Amino acid sequence: MTTTVEAMHDRHVGHDTPRGATPPVFYVRDEHAHEAASTALGFWIYLMSDCLIFAVLFATYGVLGTSYAAGPTPKELFDLPLVALNTSMLLLSSITYGFAMLAMEKGRTGQTQAWLFITLLFGLAFLGIELFEFAHLIHEGAGPWRSAFLSSFFTLVGTHGLHVTFGSVWLVTLMVQVARRGLIPANRRRLMCLSMFWHFLDVIWIGVFTFVYLMGALR
Amino acid sequence: MSTHAHSDHHAHQGHGHDHGGHGGHGHDDHGHPAGAHGTFGSYMIGFVLSVILTVIPFWLVMNGTLDNATTTVVILALAVVQIIVHMVYFLHMNGRVEGGWSMLAMIFTVIVVVIMFSGSLWVMYHLNHNMMPGMTHDMSKMP
Repeated sequence: MTTTVEAMHDRHVGHDTPRGATPPVFYVRDEHAHEAASTALGFWIYLMSDCLIFAVLFATYGVLGTSYAAGPTPKELFDLPLVALNTSMLLLSSITYGFAMLAMEKGRTGQTQAWLFITLLFGLAFLGIELFEFAHLIHEGAGPWRSAFLSSFFTLVGTHGLHVTFGSVWLVTLMVQVARRGLIPANRRRLMCLSMFWHFLDVIWIGVFTFVYLMGALR
Repeated sequence: MSTHAHSDHHAHQGHGHDHGGHGGHGHDDHGHPAGAHGTFGSYMIGFVLSVILTVIPFWLVMNGTLDNATTTVVILALAVVQIIVHMVYFLHMNGRVEGGWSMLAMIFTVIVVVIMFSGSLWVMYHLNHNMMPGMTHDMSKMP
């Protein structure tokens, strides 16, 4: 085990020379290498804690999801074709973000920006459809106040939508950053964090459409 | 084990440069730590698998081909598979990212989530079951 680590370390030292533009002077180089690596792990741990938030909301929905208070049931409320459309929007935004990351790795700024913009459009389409669905439910008198089922439904799906909203804000911010500074290491690191965040939201959505919408329609 | 995994990774991803930094160092100069190792091919495989794994459950539920209990089991299983597909092809999750710490954090989270989720449903189901309106009536007749 020790030998493996030593060998890896030796290989690492071999290419430990600066390349490309000189980095900003915030860190000495060794610190910088460490910082970039720990950012990914730290962000991952944040995502895992976010995962716990969603798990709590899923559990709440699982417990309260059948308490209709003589109100509408999921089968009456959910419009599955609309949910399918919404799911495809989020899935497409995931793959276009993937393409943005591939363009970023090749150092193509314009291409990265274009894919980020397409991702943003899909994200906004997702939010638009979700808001339309919420407005429709509320209009039919099936707002979060109607029953425990609807309270937990709006909390769970709304929290996910809020995450997508903030992800979109973050996406716009990064597009401005990339436009102003280019694909500098700091921006690449930020894009990588948003990539994890965005794909993570898609993972959560798998749980939402399966557990909430599809299983709701089966009841 | 570690060496084999590394060479496998290189062959699969087809990167020209050294990824020796999986021990937790050396990501700075390429600017793509942990989450960024993917190729066009791997993203497309992930996307196609996701589409298939999304279409099947929607189709099953909207057409009502199978009975409800079977459909529930199938769509839950497909959801788990799709989550794994996303983890592998989009989030590039594997046991080597960050020297295994990402995987460890995820396993820990999954364990906590499973305990909390199944525990909540289990406890609350029994609570609902035992606190039905009929029960209070029975209780009032108790000495």
